[in-house]
Amino acid sequence: MVDAKLVEDLAVDLLRLAAIELPSDVKGALEKARGQESSDIAKANLDAILENIRLAESMKRPVCQDTGLIVFFLNVGHDFGSVKGVPEAIAKGTKRATEEIPLRPNAVHPITRKNSGDNTGAYVPILNWSYVEGDYLEITAFPKGGGSENMTFFSMVKPGEGIAGIKKFVIDSVISSGGQPCPPTIIGVGVGGTADLAMKLAKKCLLRPIGQRHSDPEIAKLEEELLKAINSTGIGPMGLGGNITSLDVHVDYAHCHTASLPVAVNTQCWAARRATARIYKDGSVEILSHRR
Amino acid sequence: MEYRLRIPIPESDVRKLKIGDIVYVTGTMVTARDQAHRRALALHKEGKPIPIDLRGGVVFHCGPVVKKKDGGWEIVAAGPTTSTRMELFQAEFIEAFRPSIIVGKGGMGPRTAEAMKKFGAVYCDFTGGAAVLAAKAVESVRGVEWFELGIPEAMWILEVKDFGPLLVTIDSHGNSHHANVAKIVEENRPKIYSMLGITSK
Repeated sequence: MVDAKLVEDLAVDLLRLAAIELPSDVKGALEKARGQESSDIAKANLDAILENIRLAESMKRPVCQDTGLIVFFLNVGHDFGSVKGVPEAIAKGTKRATEEIPLRPNAVHPITRKNSGDNTGAYVPILNWSYVEGDYLEITAFPKGGGSENMTFFSMVKPGEGIAGIKKFVIDSVISSGGQPCPPTIIGVGVGGTADLAMKLAKKCLLRPIGQRHSDPEIAKLEEELLKAINSTGIGPMGLGGNITSLDVHVDYAHCHTASLPVAVNTQCWAARRATARIYKDGSVEILSHRR
Repeated sequence: MEYRLRIPIPESDVRKLKIGDIVYVTGTMVTARDQAHRRALALHKEGKPIPIDLRGGVVFHCGPVVKKKDGGWEIVAAGPTTSTRMELFQAEFIEAFRPSIIVGKGGMGPRTAEAMKKFGAVYCDFTGGAAVLAAKAVESVRGVEWFELGIPEAMWILEVKDFGPLLVTIDSHGNSHHANVAKIVEENRPKIYSMLGITSK
């Protein structure tokens, strides 16, 4: 059985890594975006972003004050063994991380708006479980900012509208978001399945590194087309005008009912935080997302 | 143009600011998000005072990351939050409390812009997410009000030095940089639709 203290400590470490240090693909994409801007306002905003990333790393502070609602993705290897105690350990790690890093306590009751004070509450931290081949438990910390999560859209497109209907819904969603989700963003698009699966796919897409295309060439082409279109809107960094509105578009799909065409859009801000590690059956830990 | 202003900022100085100007502010500034705006307006309606006089003041749409330090507070990270949520309250808030500068990200709507024109205030963008950069300008925390609203929603009273660069994006003369960008995006929309093979209305 997995050592609960090991999981708790790893949850703290992953939340710290995620909050303070952006993955290298995100940093690289933001640097590249800086080179593609021509207006003074767009350049100044990307300069501030890049300077802030450097400061956060050197001062060991969260890169953004919105340290997110705490979300984890867990891939359980079939040969890993029992995961008994893991949810409790992750909740304990979340409370500790809130105090130790510190994180901003963001979890509030949806009606009374009372803040729990420690980033936990009903269904929070949010745990997304999958099962994979292997002898490890892979944990990804994915703290999700409120400003970008608010820019979430769903539509039951008419199957008769076809791929043009999907594209229109995505582009209209991005245009209506404007500067609100802190562009340059990453756009996750889930197509097909049921409503809940489409939304889940849209969110899960955001875990994929920037620049990595979908394995299906048709979907990969759609991603590239949408990215080019989004970066022709003129929204730009922070919605203040410019060439780079999104760093990437990731699409995933599921088969759906012949009567339906669900399309979900989930937005990620430039501070695209994620940190991943594996715990192997023998108790060893490997950090995958950040070089240590 | 670039301006260095001291809080409280007189209306005559605010009226000089135009969209595209850069501003740095020094003095006492407060944070306020959805809940603080709501509470301030509720108190005003009952004829009760709010904890600090905001006339000529700077209101920052922000919920900081804070740490307890030496019996007080330290601001760890303090970037702006999305201002459009405050569109519900901002026009009434400006009329009631007469602040000079609202700082946030993402811009605000026509009701706020109208109130700014009428009462002499501007809206400025600070780069969203640039939280450590923003926190560097905070010299000390003078206090916190309405703490029971939770750390993000409480009103933090901050002493700031050269807080900026703040980009004026809505001025007191009816100009909005955000509206100008939105116009360009609208002009681009048909071109994008045709790029993507979208033929529908």
